[in-house]
Amino acid sequence: MMKKRIYSVLVENRSGVLCKVAGLFSRRCYNIDSLAVGETDDSQVSCMTIVSSGDQRTIEQIEKQLNKKLDVIKVKTYDEIQCISRELMLIKVKYNKTNRRDIMELCDIMKADIVDMSKHFMMIQICDSPERIRLMLDMLKTVSIVEVARTGTLALSKCIENDDKQSNQ
Amino acid sequence: MNGADAIIKCLEAEEVSVVFGYPGVAICPFYNSILNSNIRTILVRTEQNAAHAASGLARITNKPGVVAVTSGPGATNVITGIATAFADSIPLVCITGQVKTEQLGCDVFQEADITGAVESFVKYSYLVKNPKDIPRIMKEAFHIANTGRKGPVLIDVPIDIQNAKLEDFEYPSEINMRTYKPTVKGNTVQIKKVIKELEKAHKPIICAGGGVILSQACTELKTFAEKHSIPIVSTMMGLGAMPTKHPMYYGMVGNNGKPYANKAMNESDLLIMVGASVSDRAVSQPGLIMKNKVLVHIDVDPAEIGKMAGPTIPLVGDARHILTDFLQEDFVADYSEWIQELNQYKEELAVKRNSNPNFVDPAAFIEKLSEAMEEDGIYVADVGQNQIWSCAYHIVKNGRFLTSGGMGTMGYSIPAAMGAKIAAPSRQVIAVCGDGSFQMSMMELATMRQHGVQAKIIVLKNNYLGMVREYQHYTYEDHYSVVDLTGSPDLEKLVSAYDMDYLRLDTMEQADQVIKAFLEDEESVLLECNIDPYDLVK
Repeated sequence: MMKKRIYSVLVENRSGVLCKVAGLFSRRCYNIDSLAVGETDDSQVSCMTIVSSGDQRTIEQIEKQLNKKLDVIKVKTYDEIQCISRELMLIKVKYNKTNRRDIMELCDIMKADIVDMSKHFMMIQICDSPERIRLMLDMLKTVSIVEVARTGTLALSKCIENDDKQSNQ
Repeated sequence: MNGADAIIKCLEAEEVSVVFGYPGVAICPFYNSILNSNIRTILVRTEQNAAHAASGLARITNKPGVVAVTSGPGATNVITGIATAFADSIPLVCITGQVKTEQLGCDVFQEADITGAVESFVKYSYLVKNPKDIPRIMKEAFHIANTGRKGPVLIDVPIDIQNAKLEDFEYPSEINMRTYKPTVKGNTVQIKKVIKELEKAHKPIICAGGGVILSQACTELKTFAEKHSIPIVSTMMGLGAMPTKHPMYYGMVGNNGKPYANKAMNESDLLIMVGASVSDRAVSQPGLIMKNKVLVHIDVDPAEIGKMAGPTIPLVGDARHILTDFLQEDFVADYSEWIQELNQYKEELAVKRNSNPNFVDPAAFIEKLSEAMEEDGIYVADVGQNQIWSCAYHIVKNGRFLTSGGMGTMGYSIPAAMGAKIAAPSRQVIAVCGDGSFQMSMMELATMRQHGVQAKIIVLKNNYLGMVREYQHYTYEDHYSVVDLTGSPDLEKLVSAYDMDYLRLDTMEQADQVIKAFLEDEESVLLECNIDPYDLVK
């Protein structure tokens, strides 16, 4: 059975590491549904958030193979309910007099912001869970979308009382 | 002191005695500095063989073999050798020259992104960007290559880094890597669980892989098997972990293994895999080894456990540590009925061959050869039908059996035997290859001649790429495609060009005398055995 899994991978912030991790996925035929990388509070450490899917054995193998990489410091894995996940999307749309209000209303409902505007175009920013990002895209299908950029999913495990212990480990 | 001097100093600190390689401009500073050291340099005739030779040396010395080649084609040529070592977890440190740092990425002459190219075949790789990092990187490289699951490490050193001045040099005494701490010691709870299962079991079997040899656990394995009368089978890489004639040893498993070994593994109620990957060649049906049995998988690489078959008891750790722990546990069990059953299988399922009397029978020949070999002789098998026959009929006494198991790289035997002979000059080292694999590495005859390394090579000649021909025989009903080796050189003339002795065997009648002459020859010698071109391993 295919399952979705989120991998939060702390890696050494060195050149070539992204390539090594991405190469691992392609070489072993693992899916990458989304990938987001950025520095953490420690400038020597980057966090890669990888969303993948596969059967139980694949999901376990991904974790083991990631741990085997010498640039990987720590691998944490979650399913969707164990973490808070967010994605940022920028969408540029073409609007006209008739749909302008509808778009603004949709933004209100979806808690999206209009961050830039010209005579015929506007840019919408939304930061939300991956499902709601998809919903937003669906809702905008009736409008003519010019460009879309998405960050990929970011995720952290939910706050629990022994979080201190976890981070000390 | 410059960067290259520092690299040599590091090699000295690691007690490296020999470097295999091939120079080019980008590695010239290294080869200039090495002149000031006692490290022996061996000029191979193609870079791939530098890695195979280093692999042969590493497998005998239990220390990483060292390779140094130039940038671009030098580096890309060595990839097959690195991949071969990676597949068999052999420790190597490969130093590649690289173009100037400022020219990296500009596609200048002889630039190749070697760290990118070898990524999936190395345990780790470095591109040195600061000469000050050299001591740390070298220290880490040797440590990574030879600990945990061993493997090749590549260090790419731009020429300006090799030439850069280095003020002070200090070889670090400690490793400080937060991302690399392999688990060596087995979990006590898991060990107890395995012992409990051994107490309960009626039909236990241990399947030993290459990990047993790599962790130098052969004595522990033998002692454990003898102490409790536990039968042992092995994978191809595990050949030699137990003496072939040991009463507790039941042969090699896998699709080219002994039928009784496979039967023993499938019928067991407790299967303990030690240092063996459940690869397709060793275990063709992973489902079968989980059926009706408790499966214990011991490996130093956690990713190997559960990759193909989910074990009942996973046990991460080094084979020697874990077997030593097993030896300290006391338990009583009686497996004599099982042993009797296995001995019966061994008799019933013994392989019978119909050999053609007009040719040398490779099976009988290999048996005779191994019986005549020295106690601690090293037998290096190549890839092809010769490998399968070698695996099936070579008798390991107290020596070693080396081959390219994981990658199945043709041409491995001659350079690997050269590396092994350099590592152990007093031991008998024999390379056994086919006429196809021989021609993939025959240029190394010059290397051995140049460096005074005695060569003992046996070519099983059938004028075919036998293994592929056999496959085409079974799969394509004898539609042979591109397997005919017509045009191969006259081996007698060829080896005389290298001042080597030549022996030839056409039928089994003369086998004993010829083998004796071959083994007693103190010069480099090649023995050509004419085998039936239509002979089959199965």
